[in-house]
Amino acid sequence: MRFRLTDDQRALRDGLREALARRFDAAALRAAVCAAGVEGGTESEGTGRRGVGAGSSESGGGGAGGDGTVGSGTGGGGASGSASAGERAGVSGAGGERSGRAGAGGRPVRGAEADGGAAGTRRTAGSPRLDRALWRALGDLGFFALRMPEADGGVGLGLPEAVLLFEETGRALVPGPLVATHLAAGAVPGAATGATVVAAVDGGLVEWLGEADVVRGDPTGAVPLRSLDPLTPLHRVPAGRAAPDPVAVLLTAAEQLGTAGRVCELAAQHARAREQFGRPVGAFQAVAHLCAGILVRAETARAAVYAAAVTADPADIAAARILADEAAVRGARDCLQVHGGMGFTWESEVHLHLKRAWVRTQRAGGVTESEEALAAALSADSA
Amino acid sequence: MDLSYTPEEEDFRARLRDWLARVLPALPPKPSPDDWPGRRAYDLGWQRRLHDAGYADVHWDGTPSVRLIFLEETERAGAPYVGANFVGLLHAGPTIAAEGTADQRARWLPPILRGEEVWCQGFSEPGAGSDLAALRTRARRDGDAYVVTGSKIWTSHAEVADWCELLVRTDPGAPKHRGITWLALPMDAPGVTVRPLRTLAGSAEFAEVFLDEVRVPVANRVGDENDGWRVTMVTLSFERGTAFVGEVVACRRVLGELAVEARKNGRWDDSALRRRLGRLDAEFRALWRLTQWNVSAAEASGGVPGAGGSVFKLRYSHARQELYDAAAQVLGPDCLDLDRPWALERLSSLSYTIAAGTSQVQHSIIAERILGLPKGR
Repeated sequence: MRFRLTDDQRALRDGLREALARRFDAAALRAAVCAAGVEGGTESEGTGRRGVGAGSSESGGGGAGGDGTVGSGTGGGGASGSASAGERAGVSGAGGERSGRAGAGGRPVRGAEADGGAAGTRRTAGSPRLDRALWRALGDLGFFALRMPEADGGVGLGLPEAVLLFEETGRALVPGPLVATHLAAGAVPGAATGATVVAAVDGGLVEWLGEADVVRGDPTGAVPLRSLDPLTPLHRVPAGRAAPDPVAVLLTAAEQLGTAGRVCELAAQHARAREQFGRPVGAFQAVAHLCAGILVRAETARAAVYAAAVTADPADIAAARILADEAAVRGARDCLQVHGGMGFTWESEVHLHLKRAWVRTQRAGGVTESEEALAAALSADSA
Repeated sequence: MDLSYTPEEEDFRARLRDWLARVLPALPPKPSPDDWPGRRAYDLGWQRRLHDAGYADVHWDGTPSVRLIFLEETERAGAPYVGANFVGLLHAGPTIAAEGTADQRARWLPPILRGEEVWCQGFSEPGAGSDLAALRTRARRDGDAYVVTGSKIWTSHAEVADWCELLVRTDPGAPKHRGITWLALPMDAPGVTVRPLRTLAGSAEFAEVFLDEVRVPVANRVGDENDGWRVTMVTLSFERGTAFVGEVVACRRVLGELAVEARKNGRWDDSALRRRLGRLDAEFRALWRLTQWNVSAAEASGGVPGAGGSVFKLRYSHARQELYDAAAQVLGPDCLDLDRPWALERLSSLSYTIAAGTSQVQHSIIAERILGLPKGR
């Protein structure tokens, strides 16, 4: 049994960790949060014209409708963009590729058009910008093309490696539709290199719709909501639910695992450093045991997530998701508790981990779906 | 990351499966839980069969992967549990193998492997539970013997054991970890009294052992005088590697049985119950993967189980209790009927968060040894 990281896998993971430490460190994270929280509602113009030219071949006039829908919900200043960017392909050739997907249901490719041109108009007051340079850098590192065959310009690695990398971006709280773009590599031009930002409709939500060049699924009628996570802009969509892609579920679980590991470190660091009653608070069992609980959940989830990456079995993935969600959310909450009053402040990074973890729990049907799937398999196996 | 086994390991598995399929149908019927001599004979008989088929020392000489396969396959096939051989095979035997002299190994190890002698464990005392090093059973040197007086508790199989691995205090003046010695106590020595201890499950799975001026030859000491704590730690670390492999396999089987029962009695229509079972399935899948993860780590480190054992033990003991609580939900009012399946197991599961290091002690171990938090109290 060699159920442990190979040297290559370790090097891959460490490489991304170091790259992120240089490119998206705590200061960058703070700056991103400040930018998102402080700017108010007038930042919707500017660099939004990166549309991939989505759907230009068949979208007709649907874009305006899409924009209108969204614009109406943005409040002050949000609707100033126009649909014009839809044709201005930042990445040539993307149009046909994407329109086929977004035009599902035989409608005019309204969503497509809207997204293509909507980087400005879809954005909500105070919502964060996507760091395109960071996105490119991730592309250069092979983050998006990781699982594409080398013959197609990919890195040619598999799910275990993908899981290790998503664990790192989860740890570092890298903002952006990472899972959607990764899954689009090879299918949406420019996704593999990080030139194209791809968002995806997931159940009733879309993350990063306003910053995306391409949206997979039908975002018709998307309405922005005031996102609980300052670094994940969200739109509500009326679209029905599609069956979740197990790989998306697994990569989300990997991000949750990253959060679980990170909040464990943060909690332990604080418990060692913070002194009350003349000693580190970690010397009190009540605090120490909270920290140990975070670790136990994280390490159990780790075994489940890594194993699911090896087997790619849907039941293993469902299990990984359940464990990882729990490890991330309860871990972040306990980490917050260990931080005491500081944990309740905007300044501390703890709330960002909890909020992101909460966002991820809403993906792909949530744990309810995973629990029901495992129960169904249980009863089928034993029948 | 790789979850596959080597061809040699798969070959080991195939041969074991084949052997189990042939020998299990020929086993005598299981004795009743109250029939201690019957249980002794049954468990030793099983060990004898393992020995004759070449599987006796898999716990000692097998790689962690081979141990994992052995425990997984024997549980799946419904083979007898290690039972009365537990302390000999998994505590005392490995300690003697690691720390004993050539004479001691020759005297004590072969009978363990051949299924001829039963060992029990005399570690805990009424006043030394989680704080094991506070033990007070006194051993005074008198010529070529130690004279031992004190009492031990939670001793399984004491009624039918030939030997007891005994921790005694030989230097009351030394710091508590430094005055302890490891002795092999013959259970038939004059002055040894065994009193069964009835648990909340109603059965006498444990015993108290009272020692009144019992003479134990100095030749029965393993390791140096006052070095028993270190000697003991060698033993205890064995328990945390693959100790629960069979149980995780068994818990997953129970979960399937619970689904069948819930379908039969209609409670499957309750989505809260279904989801509870689904979550438990995730839990035990994860625990199985965690076992494989820990086994891989042990293999990489040359067989030494790390602190990962505490993580597993903590999580597993709670999962087991949750499993039987869920079973009670499946059974409804029938969960109060001790003749129904799972009712007794639910009671027994209450010991899991206490035995072999309470959950609270495990949390402290993790906090101090893995997270580097200051030692607390």
